[in-house]
Amino acid sequence: MSKSFTETEVGDRIEQMRRRPQRFRDERITMAHGAGGKASRALVEGLLVPLLANPALEALSDAGLLTVGTSRLALTTDAFVVRPIRFPGGSIGELAVNGTVNDLAVSGARPAALSAALVLEEGLSAEVLEAEVTAMADAARAAAVSVIAGDTKVVERGKCDSLYVVTTGIGVVDDRAVLSPTFVRPGDKVLVSGTIGDHGVAIMLARGDLDIEADVRSDTQPLWQLVDAMLAACGDGLHCMRDATRGGVATVLNEIALSAEVGIVIEESRLPVRPEVAGAGEILGIDPLYVANEGKLVAFVAPEHAEAALTAMRGQPSGCDAAIIGEVRDEPPGRVLGRTTFGGHRLIDMLVGDPLPRIC
Amino acid sequence: MKFVDEFRNPELAQVLSREIAQLCEPNRHYKIMEVCGGHTHTIYRYGVQDHLPENIELVHGPGCPVCVIPMGRVDDGIAIAERDNVILTCFGDMMRVPGGRGSFLEANARGTDIRMVYSPLDALRIARDNPDRQVVFYAIGFETTAPSTALTILRAEAEGIDNFSVFCNHVTIIPAIKAILDSPDLRLDAFIGPGHVSTVIGCRPYEWISRDFGLPLVCAGFEPLDLLQSVYMIMKQFTEGRAEVENQYSRVVSYDGNPVALKVLANVFALRPFFEWRGLGSIAHSALQVAPKFAKYDAELRFEIPGVRVADPKACQCGEVLKGVLKPWECKVFGTACTPETPIGTCMVSSEGACAAYYNFGQYAKQRLTLEVLS
Repeated sequence: MSKSFTETEVGDRIEQMRRRPQRFRDERITMAHGAGGKASRALVEGLLVPLLANPALEALSDAGLLTVGTSRLALTTDAFVVRPIRFPGGSIGELAVNGTVNDLAVSGARPAALSAALVLEEGLSAEVLEAEVTAMADAARAAAVSVIAGDTKVVERGKCDSLYVVTTGIGVVDDRAVLSPTFVRPGDKVLVSGTIGDHGVAIMLARGDLDIEADVRSDTQPLWQLVDAMLAACGDGLHCMRDATRGGVATVLNEIALSAEVGIVIEESRLPVRPEVAGAGEILGIDPLYVANEGKLVAFVAPEHAEAALTAMRGQPSGCDAAIIGEVRDEPPGRVLGRTTFGGHRLIDMLVGDPLPRIC
Repeated sequence: MKFVDEFRNPELAQVLSREIAQLCEPNRHYKIMEVCGGHTHTIYRYGVQDHLPENIELVHGPGCPVCVIPMGRVDDGIAIAERDNVILTCFGDMMRVPGGRGSFLEANARGTDIRMVYSPLDALRIARDNPDRQVVFYAIGFETTAPSTALTILRAEAEGIDNFSVFCNHVTIIPAIKAILDSPDLRLDAFIGPGHVSTVIGCRPYEWISRDFGLPLVCAGFEPLDLLQSVYMIMKQFTEGRAEVENQYSRVVSYDGNPVALKVLANVFALRPFFEWRGLGSIAHSALQVAPKFAKYDAELRFEIPGVRVADPKACQCGEVLKGVLKPWECKVFGTACTPETPIGTCMVSSEGACAAYYNFGQYAKQRLTLEVLS
């Protein structure tokens, strides 16, 4: 007979497994590698980062930080392959601007300029292309940023799906911003800037293969003004922020819990979720905590600054539904727990497989 | 959300929790099996166990449709998908189930066209839209999902869609419960009956459990309060010395089931003499196949199926977990070699699988943390 373990020992064993450096051992890329959950993590941390090794990349933040002269800069890039390219509340062009602007914003950087690369499918209607470039221009104007460089490539019909957009953004890190997952400490409050799951559910319904009709719109929006207001309200009391895109709020919480070696507990009844999103999630068996957002951030704030942060967020259009959803604890390190609406407890782990490919 | 929040009310949960505790004999240990994977999911998702006294143990049963699929049937599905011109369709949970030659997801990376659908009717629509291709629906599930597969076959016939067929893996719940009761290494005190299966078959088919084995069975709904109330009804039976089949889920389940669905099942399907269950082995009359008169929609007849039996990996103890003999964490590979992202066993794949549910939601639940976020 093999040795049997107690439940606690098994829990410890799992913790050890979870903290082991990621290894990428798959023979081929599957759709799971693009879903933002554990397989994506293995791809990034087990293959890409080790090969491209450098400290800025190894921080695994939304943007890489660098110092040029006396300026602290943030650099980020993102590819957009969403299907369908237009959906309630937005389109690929708008998404491509806001997604990159937000990666800069949650790094504490005021967006300075963007570049855009377009991969176009042979046969794409000029009208569609013009509409998407117009959407990019409008979004850039709204985010007070310019697209100052670009590239276009055309591929044969069937080699891409209408159009893909890659944007790169550069921003200047704000002097008030002192942000890092390592600054997150027990006692910090966890805030979200608004309703969760809107974008992922909007895309899913827009694909039209579910026969569910609900008025759910993508939340794609720029977040720099919100971040600006939060920095003004709490300065270095704002410890860390993340853009809750692929993998949703749950994935962000797990990333921070692991890198800051803290436990995070959230009160599920405090999660802002639109009834339509909650309803669609119920029908499809999808938890809004794991659904992508395109205009929501998660912030970790020192307890004495939490109320000020909340007030500042609610004073901005992009933060009007902000809420304090939980707090950081000593225990259990690296883990996220939820107190359920039913008064019980559950573990909130990283996403494994994503039922929704190509949402951004 | 209206009509949902009512069934998740924490104040009512506390009332039930107190009443259950009062019915509990302090020195007795109660083992109650929830047969259905949907219940397992609810228990962990909402922390139902936190409302129960320590000496009431919920044991997770075999009613997870994905968990009972043997590896050979996954390989058969891949073999169909590898044929020229085939689109295989299945429910999302099936995509990651490991077979002897990897999962459907991995097969797609090698070039097959396996698509996730939400309903067999979606598979039929794909067939309608792709008249030059063969579209196969990989059907799984208990009596809950079998009627929709049956209706889809009838629809295909009515519309004259000939490029559609079903690879049938539908199973039936009663023989699985019987296999568990015949298992020598488990002693159960009661069952929480599967609510959605009972919507179709009703409560009568369970009567032998209370009659022959003297065990209470309560058919339960899928909200957390449904489960607590079912435990309460079971405890009530214990204190009153009864062993009966009762229906907690009366807002959906009628005692005699759904006669229309049963008629469709009897029309479109036939019982298989034997079917292999993952971990439980071959069980007589435990699964459905497409009836001879609908043979043209039977993928097992339309295509050559390898039908090779693939032994479960040695380290995998899904069978013991499915029977409730082992708790998920007692399996040797739980959480280390076998995790939701690299599952060895099926119980680790579906969110209804006992191992995945425990892995995702269950650990730490016992710490019974008190959260006062805004204090």
